[in-house]
Amino acid sequence: MPDREEPTGALVRPYAVTRGRTRPRLEIAIEALVETTVRGRSAGTSGRGGHGREHQHIASLCDGKVQSLAEIAARMRLPLGVARVLIADMAADGLVAVYEPTSFESNDAVGTELLERVLSGLRRL
Amino acid sequence: MSHRPGQQPGGRVTSAKIVIAGGFGVGKTTLVGSVSEITPLTTEAIMTSAGVGVDDTRSVPNKTTTTVAMDFGRISIDRDLILYLFGTPGQTRFWFMWDELVRGAIGAVVMVDTRRLADCFAAIDFFEHRKLPYLIAINQFDGQQYHNAQDVRDALAISSDVPVVSCDARNRESTKQVLISLVEYVLSMRRTRTGAPA
Repeated sequence: MPDREEPTGALVRPYAVTRGRTRPRLEIAIEALVETTVRGRSAGTSGRGGHGREHQHIASLCDGKVQSLAEIAARMRLPLGVARVLIADMAADGLVAVYEPTSFESNDAVGTELLERVLSGLRRL
Repeated sequence: MSHRPGQQPGGRVTSAKIVIAGGFGVGKTTLVGSVSEITPLTTEAIMTSAGVGVDDTRSVPNKTTTTVAMDFGRISIDRDLILYLFGTPGQTRFWFMWDELVRGAIGAVVMVDTRRLADCFAAIDFFEHRKLPYLIAINQFDGQQYHNAQDVRDALAISSDVPVVSCDARNRESTKQVLISLVEYVLSMRRTRTGAPA
């Protein structure tokens, strides 16, 4: 866990959780949704790669309730980049599913349909 | 990407985001909190000097790190669609984070305090440069409006089609209307674009 009061080593310490790796195996958008898979749920304490505790925490956060990368990072008090590396590892091991957001730049028909859903959803609020 | 087969029979779950920008203390987190289904959360990103594009770090002898905090909220639109509202980091010099925030966003709400209009100039410049649709939301502190919408539009020198609306960031209905106005604006822009030759 990063210590907010610690003036030095702010870069090194958060990434100790990822053994110093700052590049994720998968680019994950800040609003991408993460959901624990059956495999992730049953993996329990046997987390692979020595990240058992963090993996377990993420798996329980996203079990039956999709959460964005931003939410996971905030709830675990981890910097975004650290959470991204951890989630990318878990996705590669099949412990979580990652649902990337729909881009509003590429496919017009898909984007427009989604915007209409957002609009009617907001009106229903 | 690791989609489990058969997990989403009714279509895949997906998310979208709207960026909430404006100067420090203009009410971004208040606006997010008034419609979010969760208490606004704070997420942090770390920038190293290696990631600095515009900041001048020559005066700093060693590699430096800066932590940037962003508040955000969540609205479940329906079972398979979640909308996130991300407040921009207070200081506009943290462009590296703005890049990530605007990527794939529906659009942005630029919140304006008419007593400190200049605070939103950098955000407007950034969204115009990135061609991200935005609207201006004048936050009416204490229910008072110090300028009318046309004065604000003139002062900001924005295009006549950019919507300028008033809001009370504390009020859920008011915030809802701001978001609805933005999405309607984005949809109308798309329809115009579709009608025009490619």
